[in-house]
Amino acid sequence: MDNSNKQVVSSNFVGRGEPQVWATGTALSIILLIAVVLILVVALNGLGYFWPSNLAQFNLADGSSVIGEIHGEEVAKRSGTDRVQLKIGNRDLYGLDFRWFDRSDIEETSFPENAIALERIEYGNFYGFLKHTDAPGVELDQDDTRDAFELAWKDIKDQQETLAAMDGEIRHINYELKRARSKRHKREYAEGITTRTENPQSPDEIDAKARLDAVASEKDETVARLAVNVAVFTDAAGTEKEIRLMDIERVTRPNAMSISEKVFHYLDKLVELFLGEPRESNTEGGLFPAIFGTVMLVFLMSLFSFPFGIIAGVYLREYAKQGILVRTVRIAVNNLAGVPSIVYGIFGLGFFIYGIGGAIDRVFFTEQLPTPTFGSGGILWASLTLGLLTVPVVIVATEEALGTIPQGIREGSLSLGATKFQTLVRVLLPMASPGILTGFILAMARAAGEVAPLMITGVVKLAPSLPIDGQFPYIHAERKFMHLGFHIYDVGFQSPNVEAAKPMVFVTALLLVLLVLVMSSVAIFMRNRMKKRFSVSDF
Amino acid sequence: MLSMTQFAKEESDDFAAIGQNPPDDSHLATSASAPPREGYATGNDAQRPVIRASNVDFFYGNAQALFDVSMDVPRNRVVALIGPSGCGKSTFLRCLNRMTDLIDGVRVNGSIQLDGEEINRPDLDVIELRRRVGMIFQRYNPFPKSIFENVVYGLRISGVRDRRALEEACERSLRGAALWDEVKDRLKESAFELSGGQQQRLCIARATAVNPEVVLMDEPCSALDPRSTARIEKLIGELRNKYTIVIVTHNMQQASRVSDFTGFLYEGRLVEFGVTQTLFTKPIEKETEDYITGRFG
Repeated sequence: MDNSNKQVVSSNFVGRGEPQVWATGTALSIILLIAVVLILVVALNGLGYFWPSNLAQFNLADGSSVIGEIHGEEVAKRSGTDRVQLKIGNRDLYGLDFRWFDRSDIEETSFPENAIALERIEYGNFYGFLKHTDAPGVELDQDDTRDAFELAWKDIKDQQETLAAMDGEIRHINYELKRARSKRHKREYAEGITTRTENPQSPDEIDAKARLDAVASEKDETVARLAVNVAVFTDAAGTEKEIRLMDIERVTRPNAMSISEKVFHYLDKLVELFLGEPRESNTEGGLFPAIFGTVMLVFLMSLFSFPFGIIAGVYLREYAKQGILVRTVRIAVNNLAGVPSIVYGIFGLGFFIYGIGGAIDRVFFTEQLPTPTFGSGGILWASLTLGLLTVPVVIVATEEALGTIPQGIREGSLSLGATKFQTLVRVLLPMASPGILTGFILAMARAAGEVAPLMITGVVKLAPSLPIDGQFPYIHAERKFMHLGFHIYDVGFQSPNVEAAKPMVFVTALLLVLLVLVMSSVAIFMRNRMKKRFSVSDF
Repeated sequence: MLSMTQFAKEESDDFAAIGQNPPDDSHLATSASAPPREGYATGNDAQRPVIRASNVDFFYGNAQALFDVSMDVPRNRVVALIGPSGCGKSTFLRCLNRMTDLIDGVRVNGSIQLDGEEINRPDLDVIELRRRVGMIFQRYNPFPKSIFENVVYGLRISGVRDRRALEEACERSLRGAALWDEVKDRLKESAFELSGGQQQRLCIARATAVNPEVVLMDEPCSALDPRSTARIEKLIGELRNKYTIVIVTHNMQQASRVSDFTGFLYEGRLVEFGVTQTLFTKPIEKETEDYITGRFG
């Protein structure tokens, strides 16, 4: 009785198609799990990076001692020994940032309150203790060592602001000088003078050069004045190290910090990440130029690929006579979406940069040759290349979206005396917009994540200036640019100090994912609004 | 089998049920034996046919769909086209406002005149033609816009910008389509909020907003429930005062209820055309009789 019951249940289980439901459910869960794990790994590795971890001081068996951030731990399988990895910093003293210590060698671990962590402009972090401050350029009336250091450092930092302003001015004058020079070259070229001299000759150039020299010497003076302000630190072993106050970016005493101070520090670092410039061959500092480059690249790409993609899709679906030719074109477009991106990169290099860019240089920038203006990689060419890469996605999406609109809607509009174009603009495109936007989302996500074609069409490790700035003509589409995807590759695999760069790789990856997410969310939000307005009722 | 008298009785019952008298055609009376055209070919303007199709052949590629169809559509009358599926009635209907242009590889021979003007001329302004000859489709097809925007769509595309004019036209056509009272408070809402029957009436309002001379209806009730069908049929009776209506229907009762004249098409030929009551009660052709009595189709 029991047995037969069971059989009925099991046959029902199979008969109802339960295993198939379970299989599909399992497949979905596995995919979701992979996605979640991916985000989690990136987020956990990246987000912890800015938290000021405590500085541990190890007194070793051989009598020496080191101080640094505990970075990792592992058990060596064969010897069974427990090892601790310490980020000891002080690259200028030790030559390397990270060291492994056997647990058995560590006699005592302590977290001294007065341990100090310095974030420096060069040579990475310094971990140690403050000895004394020697800041003749700062007037102080206190004797307490710590406060004197903090005050002097803050004062120097304030003075350094003027340095930044001078840098900006130097860039500006340099740009003027360059323009004046190329103007002269153009004139000379028109007059038939072929020997080029870089020395300033025209009054504009001489004037700019004089101003440049003035600012430069003023800057040198300021630097010299600030550079005498130093502080002396000792590392855990007692070695003294003199560090210029102006080279110190951030000072923390993590062991003495409260949670709220740490949170504040964390947020401060996040702000730097979003708005700051990169330092230390991109392993430190911010990502602003890379974020800016990525967003601008995607934006420019959209300007090229969306209009053309929509127009082509509309033509194929609404106007072209459906025949063998259109079918061939359609197959070609679909295949184009599957061409490896590096192939597009090569095409961009050959066609856009050498072909079109070279031609532009020959016609408009003759006097600059052989120095290329448009004839070398730049954000314009990179975004055109990405535009080509994503245009098939937009075409296919547009076609599909138009294809799902019932024929009756077209007939309804035409029967009211609308032209084909009026029907398209007033009825079909609004109705197709959710589908087209889906294509946009896919295209944008693909463009934002693409690195290979960029590497040969104008992405660089460090761009001296953004493609948009305050100098005429404000948008410099020929300039090279930075990109988050390339940043990941560069920091993670081309950096001299891979171990120190690792957290930055995760942070950048996280940021790239977030960026794609934000851009897609905007598009999805728009799509949902369109859907509400334009969806066709179903039976 | 339903006898002719029973059929006629039922038909008039149906008219009573939806509050509509059977069409009075005494002044147009034509004998069933005479071709109907002769009744209107001469006479005053009101009786001159709006549409005169003569010897229309129609081809989809090499397949001929219409053979030598000739028909006069009198002004302010309802003409029903009946016939089995694939007999060419929709094709003929679409020829009348050149919706057939949308299909590649079609060809028309013969002449179709609207108010004496040939509509198959290649240089004819199709846009203008379609403004004069509106169309209602089998599947109601409002646009994904508000009710108001749907009704004034035809006016907007012809360049009317004046808000007052649009609002007046909207109210006039919605009243004409017996929809005003139901939607007057929610003109800004999406047309998809309406029920199927309301959507079809909205389409009728949309078609009549541009003041066409002729309204073509391609099985306007086949996607609707009986209640909505009755409303539309009642509406057709009202619209007849202002417009000439050509309606294609599968439903013979409907044809007999709403139309003044009926044409029976079979395999691409117009087998018989005449006053509705006559055609349904005393068909001349054997095929017509077989079809309306349900022997085939």
